[in-house]
Amino acid sequence: MTNKIKIATTSLAGCFGCHMSFLDMDERLVDLADIIEFDRSPFTDIEHCSPCDIGLIEGGVCNSENIHVLREFRKNCKTLIAVGACAINGGLPALRNFVKLEDCLLEAYRDGIGVDNPQIPNDPELPLLLDKVRPIHEIVKVDYFMPGCPPSADVFLAFLTALIEGRDPSLPYKLIHYD
Amino acid sequence: MSGTLTIDDQIIPFSDGQTIIEAARTAGVYIPHLCHRPGYSPHGSCKLCTVFVNGRQCSACTFPAADGQKVISTNEDMQQDRLRITQMLFVEGNHFCPSCEKSGNCQLQGVAYHLNMLDNHFPHFYAQREMDASHPDILIDHNRCIFCNLCVRASRDKDGKNVFAIAGRGINKRLIINSPTGKLKDSDISMDDCAAHVCPTGAILIKHTGYQVPIGERIYDHQPISQVACDTEADHDE
Repeated sequence: MTNKIKIATTSLAGCFGCHMSFLDMDERLVDLADIIEFDRSPFTDIEHCSPCDIGLIEGGVCNSENIHVLREFRKNCKTLIAVGACAINGGLPALRNFVKLEDCLLEAYRDGIGVDNPQIPNDPELPLLLDKVRPIHEIVKVDYFMPGCPPSADVFLAFLTALIEGRDPSLPYKLIHYD
Repeated sequence: MSGTLTIDDQIIPFSDGQTIIEAARTAGVYIPHLCHRPGYSPHGSCKLCTVFVNGRQCSACTFPAADGQKVISTNEDMQQDRLRITQMLFVEGNHFCPSCEKSGNCQLQGVAYHLNMLDNHFPHFYAQREMDASHPDILIDHNRCIFCNLCVRASRDKDGKNVFAIAGRGINKRLIINSPTGKLKDSDISMDDCAAHVCPTGAILIKHTGYQVPIGERIYDHQPISQVACDTEADHDE
């Protein structure tokens, strides 16, 4: 049994840029590693969440699998944080919200330039797409929000440090960016 | 009439005909606002500058300063109201800052930063709005329009042209363009017009000028809008 803070992370409809930014903490990760450990995360390849202290969600919600994952995180994480523009407002993937889903699929898989063997993917194992990409606070209760595209490593450090020390996270002016 | 008023216990002089927000700006006191701009006739629509005057709520940009007025501009409840108003503006339109040329220099974003806005709180509308890229030099992205009416006033009062108007009500409210086709290219706007430059967001942009200022050197990168507002909002008085 360890007393380390357990953190789970995932990327839903995101680009993993926020995860890369997490790694941008560089040598500061060494100190952090003494205090935290990862549960379900692309960093560990653990497939399902066990009870955790902090859940970091990158990306918005674009399909049925995203909803299942998000609910699993909410169920298991004491504190859930929306990380980055996509988790907060849908971000770049939400630009498809202005095009009918059918037209998106036709453009990507049938009519687009350079499409080989045109057909809409319909394997039953593929998660169904939602009609619109949604920010995560429209699906589950979110405790904190880390804005940025991506949030800088300093933002991750400020949030994690505060939570580990039992404080409410807050950001100084220079760390608040939406881009 | 001239005299002094107090804003949050600070005594501020005013001169004849000044509104509260004008008196505040002259004294270097920032009251958050988006539809107000020095030198333009007041519009009073964004409600961000709502203050308590002698115990009643008023728009600081439309309410005349008066001797002995007691104005409360900043307290926790009022900042919370301003935060919610700003969040409503964000979810009503489509404000994707990472892909907007105005990011870093946008007053809507600047106000949101100033209010420590970390999320949009409300469900998103994802309203279906058009883009008008017909003009060779000026782009209109209706997704970012907050209906502040500044381009309408600029075109009418400064440029003498009446290129813009706000049409419709509520969810159907939209910026319309005075031209036979409704397209900007067929209007008589020109790049030198005040209306082409006055937009506080990225709804009206000059083409071929995007991203010229690197991240880190943009208007609101280091200093909050409360500190830079007086310098960046140039007067357009005759």
